[in-house]
Amino acid sequence: MDFPRRSVLTLGLLALLGASPLGAFPASAEPASIVVASTTSTEQSGLFKHILPAFAAKTGITVKVVALGTGQALDAARRGDADVVLVHDRAAEDAFVAQGFAKARFDVMYNDFVLVGPKGDAAGTKGTDITAALRKIAAAKAPFVSRGDRSGTHSAELRSWKEAGIDLAAVKGEWYRDVGQGMGPALNTAFALGAYILADRGTWLAFKNRGDLAILVEGDKRLFNPYGVMLVDPDKHPTVKVKEGQAFIDWLVSPKGQDSIAAYRIGGEQLFFPSAGPVRAP
Amino acid sequence: MAGITLTDIRLVLNRTTILDSLSLAIPPSGITALVGPNGAGKSATLRVIDGLLVPTGGSLRVPGAARRAFVFQKPALIRASAAANVALGLVPLSLSRAERRERTRAALARVGLAHRAGDPATRFSGGEQQRLALARAWAARPDLLLLDEPTANLDPSATELVEALIAEMAAEGTKVVLVSHNLAQVARLAADVIVLARGRAVEHGPTRTTLLSPRTPEARAYFDGELPWTSLAAAS
Amino acid sequence: MTETLHETFARLATLDRDVVAIAWLSLRVSLSAVAIGLVLGIPLGAFLAVTRFRGRSALVGLLNAFMGLPPVIVGLVLYLVLSRSGPFGSLGLLFTPGAMVAAQAVLATPLVAALTRQVIADAEDHLGEQLRSLGLSAPRRAGVLIHDTRFSLVTTALAAFGRAISEIGAVLVVGGNIDGHTRTMTTAISLETQKGDLSLALALGLVLIGLVVTVNAVAALLRGHAARAYG
Repeated sequence: MDFPRRSVLTLGLLALLGASPLGAFPASAEPASIVVASTTSTEQSGLFKHILPAFAAKTGITVKVVALGTGQALDAARRGDADVVLVHDRAAEDAFVAQGFAKARFDVMYNDFVLVGPKGDAAGTKGTDITAALRKIAAAKAPFVSRGDRSGTHSAELRSWKEAGIDLAAVKGEWYRDVGQGMGPALNTAFALGAYILADRGTWLAFKNRGDLAILVEGDKRLFNPYGVMLVDPDKHPTVKVKEGQAFIDWLVSPKGQDSIAAYRIGGEQLFFPSAGPVRAP
Repeated sequence: MAGITLTDIRLVLNRTTILDSLSLAIPPSGITALVGPNGAGKSATLRVIDGLLVPTGGSLRVPGAARRAFVFQKPALIRASAAANVALGLVPLSLSRAERRERTRAALARVGLAHRAGDPATRFSGGEQQRLALARAWAARPDLLLLDEPTANLDPSATELVEALIAEMAAEGTKVVLVSHNLAQVARLAADVIVLARGRAVEHGPTRTTLLSPRTPEARAYFDGELPWTSLAAAS
Repeated sequence: MTETLHETFARLATLDRDVVAIAWLSLRVSLSAVAIGLVLGIPLGAFLAVTRFRGRSALVGLLNAFMGLPPVIVGLVLYLVLSRSGPFGSLGLLFTPGAMVAAQAVLATPLVAALTRQVIADAEDHLGEQLRSLGLSAPRRAGVLIHDTRFSLVTTALAAFGRAISEIGAVLVVGGNIDGHTRTMTTAISLETQKGDLSLALALGLVLIGLVVTVNAVAALLRGHAARAYG
């Protein structure tokens, strides 16, 4: 009778069971795939789901999108954990290139930010002037939800407060809620609190839990939101898949890719506007 | 086997003195019974002899080559077949597979459980479980068999079977040390009796004389408290 | 609320192949992690139950505390370790299912070890003296006790599975929630919640609960069957 040996055998079998899927999961990404660090706005708006199949069909390259805030996405790329970054914070992107993490930045598309708030608009922000709207919110101490996550949208919000001449640190109070989350959760919070919030139009259009939130300020050219794409410099991180990554960037800025971006609509509304080549302001 | 001697054994567990200058000389053959009131240190003495408890002081001499086996009041069986339980006792012996199988079979046959070799041991009756424990002990061919109230939980017929096995094993040359509260059983099985009280050996003598005419007040008090058994012992 | 619930059930009927793939990935990742957790945790727990050495109780205390290891911290540490710039970056595991298995295994192992230690310690109270008296070595005693408590250890495995499949903090950080690649049930639910599609999130939640219930039911059946056969 060898029963103690049998429990050892059982443990061995378990070990195999544990290890077998590890083998089945590719240890490193299969050759024809790249990791793109991008923003929650592009992922949650559904853009990638719309455009990627066309790219995969043409090139056979699988694009794995990791959706983070712009700041986090750039950090992941700095660590070498992504091949390509597609984000929307021009200043941070330029710094990325200046620091030598990418050789070049390419315009891809833009959309715009909108100020969303309760339909009742107690602070009276409705219009086309974002700085005026923000001044009214601060004056009324109306609830305002901030992403607070170093995302492109967060940067745009902070820039807008600055342009409105408001020193956030000085006036910040109960009314200013810093949630530290992605666009979707922030919108959910704004809905729950009946608060104002700066959102990117793409996520807003794709967002389903709107309640009585509505767009109050749009069309201010300061709310222009350009997206740029960069290949991580292989000199910094030799593991970067240059050929496949460059192929993705080339496709994005090609007429095919640009058309595909333009064709993405929700409820008949276009979410992103192609801008490869010279940037056209809205 | 030479006899077992304990000299001035002290055992302190959790600041409680269990054995206090215990000195014993256990004869090399036959069945020796350890009796005494609860808390006298009987079970602790068995465990010290087996090496399960390390004495705080004193010296213990168990013949070096003596192979020991311990059967507890509650048979400690594993959730496996009867055969696997017996084989477990053979693991440290590094026998060949065939030898192990043969000894297991013989041990089960010995206790009358050969036909139940493949059955789960945990579903055996109390008497069967204790016989199985004896089979496991016997399979290793021990020189010294330590029994801690082996029939305390058994009904009379199961007790009879177990006693018969113990007597046979002793007759074949295995030294048996038996802890029991059942003085009739002691009278039936043991050649000599050691009376323990408060962690000391107070009396040691041939079974009959010790049970019938104890010399020390401790032994007398213990036997008096056990009147029904003394009368039975006297009658046998 | 009732409207959302109504929608949820309507959505359940329309769940597509994507959901099946996500559920399958969740199941594979968590089962692998639990298997690794069992292989490492059971011997560790059994070892701690049958041996006595200096610092053992400190180790046991640490293990018990690690049962409550925050997944997001495990995820973050593993992220830094597996990052291309980290010590194990060359493995290329970050943002792969392998990284998620590793993260959940880190969560499962102390849980398995701590629960195993408790189960084996209880069995040791009953059997320990006998096994030591038989002259079995510590590893052998541990093996016998593992075997003897195998049905209770199934519960341990289920507890580890429950912790693995329901956590999101670790898989989100090291897996990256990549569509079609590292998206699990929990990260998918979180994503749909973020998109404000609460009825789809709830429908996915029901699928996840169904998955957990099914795994538990299968384990209970196997356990019952085995217990009847082997006592």
